[in-house]
Amino acid sequence: MPLVSAEPLPSGSDDRPDRIDNPWGARTPYAPGTPWPARTDMHLAPGLGEGDVERWARSASLLHSNGDAMDIAVREGRIVGVRGRTTDRVNRGRLGPKDLYGWQGNNSPDRLTRPLVRENGRLAECDWPTAMDRIVTRSKELLDERGPGSIGFYTTGQLFLEEYYTLAVLSRAGLGTHHLDGNTRLCTATAGEALKQSFGSDGQPGSYEDIDHADVIALFGHNMAETQTVLWMRVLDRLEGPRPPRLVCVDPRFTQVARRADVHLAPRPGTNLALLDALLHELIRTGRIDREYIDRHTVGFEELAAAVEECTPRWASRICDVPAPAIQRAAEIIGGAERLLSTVLQGVYQSHQATAAAVQVNNLHLLRGMLGRPGCGVLQMNGQPSAENTRECGADGDLPGFRNWQNDQHVAELADIWNVTPSTIPHYGPPTHAMQMLRYAEQGSIRMLWITGTNPAVSLPELSRIRSILSQERLFVVVQDIFLTETAQMADVVLPAATWGEKTGTLTNADRTVHLSERAVDPPGQARSDLDIFLDYAARMDFRDKDGAPLIKWHDPPSAFAAWQRCSAGRPCDYTGLSYDRLRERGGIQWPCTEQAPDGTARLYADGFDFAHPDTCESFGKDLVTGASTEAVEYRSLNPDGKALIKAAEYVPPHEDASEDYPLQLITGRTVYHFHTRTKTGRAPELNAAAPDVWAEISPAEAAAQGLSDGDLVRVSTPRGAVRARLRTTALRDGVVFLPFHYGYWDTPGGWRPGDESAGRAANETTISDWDPASKQPLFKTCAARVSLVARRENRAEGAANDTAGSST
Amino acid sequence: MTGVTLTLRQLHDGERTLEHDLLTAAERHRTDHEIHHVAIDLSRWSREHGGRLAETGRHYDLDLRGPRDHSSPGALATLRQKAAEALGRRPETGLLLLHDLCDLHLAATRNSLHWEMLAQAAQALRDERLLDLASFCHPRTLRQLRWTNTMIKQLAPQLLTSV
Repeated sequence: MPLVSAEPLPSGSDDRPDRIDNPWGARTPYAPGTPWPARTDMHLAPGLGEGDVERWARSASLLHSNGDAMDIAVREGRIVGVRGRTTDRVNRGRLGPKDLYGWQGNNSPDRLTRPLVRENGRLAECDWPTAMDRIVTRSKELLDERGPGSIGFYTTGQLFLEEYYTLAVLSRAGLGTHHLDGNTRLCTATAGEALKQSFGSDGQPGSYEDIDHADVIALFGHNMAETQTVLWMRVLDRLEGPRPPRLVCVDPRFTQVARRADVHLAPRPGTNLALLDALLHELIRTGRIDREYIDRHTVGFEELAAAVEECTPRWASRICDVPAPAIQRAAEIIGGAERLLSTVLQGVYQSHQATAAAVQVNNLHLLRGMLGRPGCGVLQMNGQPSAENTRECGADGDLPGFRNWQNDQHVAELADIWNVTPSTIPHYGPPTHAMQMLRYAEQGSIRMLWITGTNPAVSLPELSRIRSILSQERLFVVVQDIFLTETAQMADVVLPAATWGEKTGTLTNADRTVHLSERAVDPPGQARSDLDIFLDYAARMDFRDKDGAPLIKWHDPPSAFAAWQRCSAGRPCDYTGLSYDRLRERGGIQWPCTEQAPDGTARLYADGFDFAHPDTCESFGKDLVTGASTEAVEYRSLNPDGKALIKAAEYVPPHEDASEDYPLQLITGRTVYHFHTRTKTGRAPELNAAAPDVWAEISPAEAAAQGLSDGDLVRVSTPRGAVRARLRTTALRDGVVFLPFHYGYWDTPGGWRPGDESAGRAANETTISDWDPASKQPLFKTCAARVSLVARRENRAEGAANDTAGSST
Repeated sequence: MTGVTLTLRQLHDGERTLEHDLLTAAERHRTDHEIHHVAIDLSRWSREHGGRLAETGRHYDLDLRGPRDHSSPGALATLRQKAAEALGRRPETGLLLLHDLCDLHLAATRNSLHWEMLAQAAQALRDERLLDLASFCHPRTLRQLRWTNTMIKQLAPQLLTSV
């Protein structure tokens, strides 16, 4: 039996609680191939002990993508804390700081409790029928006058599976609109696209348990220490145990991950692909490839070998500004691995040539034959807790069940499941991606945009443009959220939603683990679950199937889950072996879970790549540089038997690079203390105090060159806009400025926009409208900027008070 | 002038024209950001093809000009950019975009046919130099074609039914 070390948190030494200062807690070292020891993390409201808790409700984290299982503590009808679930495969009882403290956001007094409608330019409280009637009336007018293409939905990565599936059915088969995407476009679109490109279909190959077995872990643009603290605890415990793995880190910042790495490569932003091409070149040059595996399981190797033939470490070193010997060293470690685990996140996904680079990580594994075995895995990560469900359910610009819009048979299956005609479901092109929906709204062809659980007025690029689109008179904006966000303040109708702990549903993390999250308390005021709101809308719109029966035949979370199970049957993401009861008993279970595999499936692709078969695959692929679609006939001739696809791509220079006027490269990113636009974490006192305001990071040498020092108030500007922030000098590449993207205006006098025209607080005032042509993921980490002094710091205390864990020097 | 040199000259003109047209479309459709950025990327291929054609042409006594100079965008380009930003909200810009994508597609198609002819002639002549040139450039021309086709296919349903 693994050791269980229960560790209630100290209630705060000095001013800062323990897990703010040490986000990863104490170590429980373990040896390769042995189970990760458990450790119970818990945090309750001040003065309460476990004995004071009346009830515990099962749940999993909704504040990152790791899927950490926990129980929600309830006392007197309120959430009073959380406790990690020791038996769960994902976290073995551990929780990160966002989960330990973030639940307090639920209890915030400024939750939305009643619907709001815009009257004479102002938002006024109303009842549900008034708000819903306004939405239904507008929907029907638009359907009559302009057709379904005038209505769009922009959802999130933070609802539950049952909600996404209902939204996908009502929009695609009810309204018949092609315009449904999630803010998962910003966090996980490249992960999904890279998997489709390499394996024919979405679906995470690896498992978190691969950390227990790997002898080399390579992290590409993945600051795991801050974005997935519990997974990083697992790595730290391996590093402290016998026979630790070697780490390779690719990140322009000297993060906690970089500190522990055997090789840290810090490429110029926008050059990941060149670096990866050089790593592939070295593997091939030194013969560290598995020819037998390549011949048996893949197509495209010769093209890749030809494409990277000239991509020497010396060539890449000129583009990436990374020493060639360091690239060679990284290739030696990866090439010498017996069990290689690679992880990828926003440093790749939100950077130039995102999909092309993420695909090359898959290629490292295909060349080495390292997939589908313990320790041999790829984890193309997600940024949000239920991003995976958005993808599965087709609420993100894909069809439900990883079905292929170019495959008429797949569309016919969906039509059969929903009992509609195939022509009801738009499939004449790929579902519209978020940035294109915004463009259609800007041009005036989308006239209604229904935004659920996301805050584009802070999270999308080039915010002045986003504000001008969302505030157009001709655009009817519905916002469904739990707080009056910056976006909600621009809406025509605001619907108060219930959230985590206030409703029941399932969510699936980045390694395909499905968790049940149960209702622990009632939602505040008149707030309703997103599922109830969608069902109400569908009923009021009277959507019918082809026999005249109601299109949506479910009425609550379990019946919605059952409907989804039917839709998932036989597809890669098969849920048919799961049930709420089994999830209650067992905790997290990884899909596919079927009658034949009732305990779920740890790793995909142990015996070949069936999902890549032309009749099964989700996508026929795209040109990684142009984004052009491949047609069915081409795919069929390239990959008739369904093998993994090794795809090459050539390096193309970034679309916006440093210049005389804008000499720095700007990248945005995250801190361990906040999630997204801080709507919840900014309302948790410990988290807010740990990182209360925006800051800008440059290297000490860069600061010295510009005559700046720590704590100075600076202006970071680009051709789009500017941010005013305190300067921190940290160990990152010279020539790069970093801004955390979490901060907006809801807790400033401006409310929903900068109070001062000259500079804002949201990093996205500055970012460029540009996205990866294949995944359509916006590029938040490739633009040019300059930093100028606004005012010298007045005293030391005003400097970088709360250092982020990953960026302290 | 032989058939081969005629084809080289036509291709040289065609690639230079396509480069210019891609850059013009990129300026005109600045507010369609993907079109803007990818068109610039793809113009570099045509620019490189023009350069390679000029180099190869020397072996066939052809004096084809080197690449155009884009160091200063010029008053007209600036005007097009400003116009694009000012008019970006009007639905008619969608129709203009489809029109421009069609023209780009046709220009790339013409180039593709000429590359095909050149490659065939090169095989007939057993001219390795010409075959290498066509083998390098023609696949990229096909990718330019697929890109315009994909964008037209994706955008047409919305842009043609909403005005």
